[in-house]
Amino acid sequence: MKNTIISLRNAVVEYDGEKILKDINLDIIDKQFVTLLGPSGCGKTTTLRIIGGFAEMASGELFFNGVKINNLPPHKRQVNTVFQKYALFPHLNIFENIAFGLRIQKLPEKEIKARVEEMLKLVNMEGFEKRSINSLSGGQQQRIAIARALVNRPKVLLLDEPLGALDLKLRKEMQIELKRIQQELEITFIYVTHDQEEALTMSDTVVVMKDGTIQQIGTPQDIYNEPNNAFIADFIGESNIIDGIMRRDFLVEFAGKEFACVDKGFEKDELVDVVIRPEDIKVVPQYQGAIIGVVENVIFKGVHYEISVDALGYKWIIHSTQSEEVGSIIGMNVTPTDIHIMHKQEEE
Amino acid sequence: MKASKFLAVPYIAWVLIFTIIPLSLVVFFALTDSDGNFTLDNLFQMSDYMSVLFRSIVFAIIATVICLVIAFPAAYIISRVSSMNQSSLIILIMVPMWISFLLRTYAWMTLLEPNGLINKMFSLVGLGPFDLINNAGAVILGMVYNYLPFMILPLHSVMTKIEPHTVEAAQDLGCNKINLVRKVILPLSMPGISTGIVAVFVPSVSTFVISRMLGGGTNDLIGDFIESQFLGNSYNPHLGSAMALVLMVIVLFMMSLFNQFGSEEGAV
Ligand SMILES: Nc1ncnc2c1ncn2[C@@H]1O[C@H](COP(=O)(O)OP(=O)(O)O)[C@@H](O)[C@H]1O
Ligand SMILES: [Mg+2]
Repeated sequence: MKNTIISLRNAVVEYDGEKILKDINLDIIDKQFVTLLGPSGCGKTTTLRIIGGFAEMASGELFFNGVKINNLPPHKRQVNTVFQKYALFPHLNIFENIAFGLRIQKLPEKEIKARVEEMLKLVNMEGFEKRSINSLSGGQQQRIAIARALVNRPKVLLLDEPLGALDLKLRKEMQIELKRIQQELEITFIYVTHDQEEALTMSDTVVVMKDGTIQQIGTPQDIYNEPNNAFIADFIGESNIIDGIMRRDFLVEFAGKEFACVDKGFEKDELVDVVIRPEDIKVVPQYQGAIIGVVENVIFKGVHYEISVDALGYKWIIHSTQSEEVGSIIGMNVTPTDIHIMHKQEEE
Repeated sequence: MKASKFLAVPYIAWVLIFTIIPLSLVVFFALTDSDGNFTLDNLFQMSDYMSVLFRSIVFAIIATVICLVIAFPAAYIISRVSSMNQSSLIILIMVPMWISFLLRTYAWMTLLEPNGLINKMFSLVGLGPFDLINNAGAVILGMVYNYLPFMILPLHSVMTKIEPHTVEAAQDLGCNKINLVRKVILPLSMPGISTGIVAVFVPSVSTFVISRMLGGGTNDLIGDFIESQFLGNSYNPHLGSAMALVLMVIVLFMMSLFNQFGSEEGAV
């Protein structure tokens, strides 16, 4: 049985009369790694701040284990936060930074010491007790920020782009480490990022946001394989998004041709977005291809080649393990299951 | 290297002419008699002025504490508003400092007098007149009024450096309002507090204008006595220098004690 630990109901946030969050409904399942994913400015931080108690809703309700906590001040919530810029206390050393929450609770010195040591071990920072925070690198400061939040044994840990300031290699290491910590402690993580790869690799559940609304909630596989709309498809990894017309069930027209597909339930001749992943396009000899185009550009991306193709004015991106010669004419094929049809999004 | 050394010359000259030489003169005068012979008599004569010295220090401490109590919350609130409002508020606090110190203190005389503005207001509702001037309270009021900006400005300047995220982190980790001030705001404000205390205490302990204008002759401070040794009828620069020297040593001693205490606080 999956327990809902946090629920947002019809959450609306306004700044200066402008709606930042528009009627958000969100259930967070206990002990899951949940990621809020979306482009910068879509309201991820604001959502996190509501849960932490640092932002107020114009309307809506927040429940924690079924109890409404709209007006509970931050210091009384069983939630701790890892802030975007770490926000460590500059006047305290590492030990005292981590011990901060425990000292507020006035725990006995012996227990404080034991729990701080336990946390330092958890984040691989043993022996740093006496160091000042200024002597640490960004990655180390982030570990201390995580330890400082976790030492209070919160039910839920909120993390706002915690790896944003780190370089790629360190970020990958920390991703693995964060996932390990979450599984080891068996607590709920609500993680904010604009990095889709990070979201897909770490999460149990991904919440895709855009312009203060939730676009889709699902497992990383759901979100990647069955995006609800072209925005998500494009945001989650690269996609070819082409205008199409749904001729009838299982038949779509795009790039001047008709293709069999697996989607139905659209209106006859409805204008749709056709989404095709770059890795789902097969390069074939010209005479075998459903679509024919000219290779414009080839970039080596380490694992694959990224091939840009112009087909009668349509631009395609293909990921292929084989390179093609620039200027050559190639054929392209897509299997019906790799053609994703989506309703056009209404522009605001 | 050479250029940078050269740049220090004006500063060194300044310090030499306006600090080192006057200080040496004070020490010289304090330790000599009118014939220029070495003597400790001037310092021994100070014993007659111990009660005045004591009063000066007590008044200055009271004024400093009141300034701190007013300035701490004021500076914190200012540091948390939007940066545009912040500069307007800071300008408001500095505006009185653009008016002559004497004029400001005169203004208080006309307000506090037995038939001054404040007592007139009281008489309208059938109260008073109260003795608002020529007492210790009026002197301390004058000190607080004149030197309060010296406390607010350094406090504000350190408090603006406290990140909103740092405050939120403290609340997140369980701090209520009181704990927030005790565990985070206060320790992070320590440099501003010690600067502010020095900036208020030193002019308060050595003032002679405020005590003369608002104290009514019965609350004269060590500054009044020093001044009268140089400019008044009891002309005696040797005694005046001795007083100044003793005051200086006491102030330095208190400040070093305080700084020691302050830096220990900050390190915890
Ligand atoms: N305190 C605030 N005052 C005014 N506007 C704000 C405030 N905080 C956030 N916003 C606005 O709300 C929108 C969403 O911000 P945020 O939640 O930080 O987005 P994200 O974290 O997804 O990048 C942005 O357009 C931002 O400018
Ligand atoms: Mg953000």
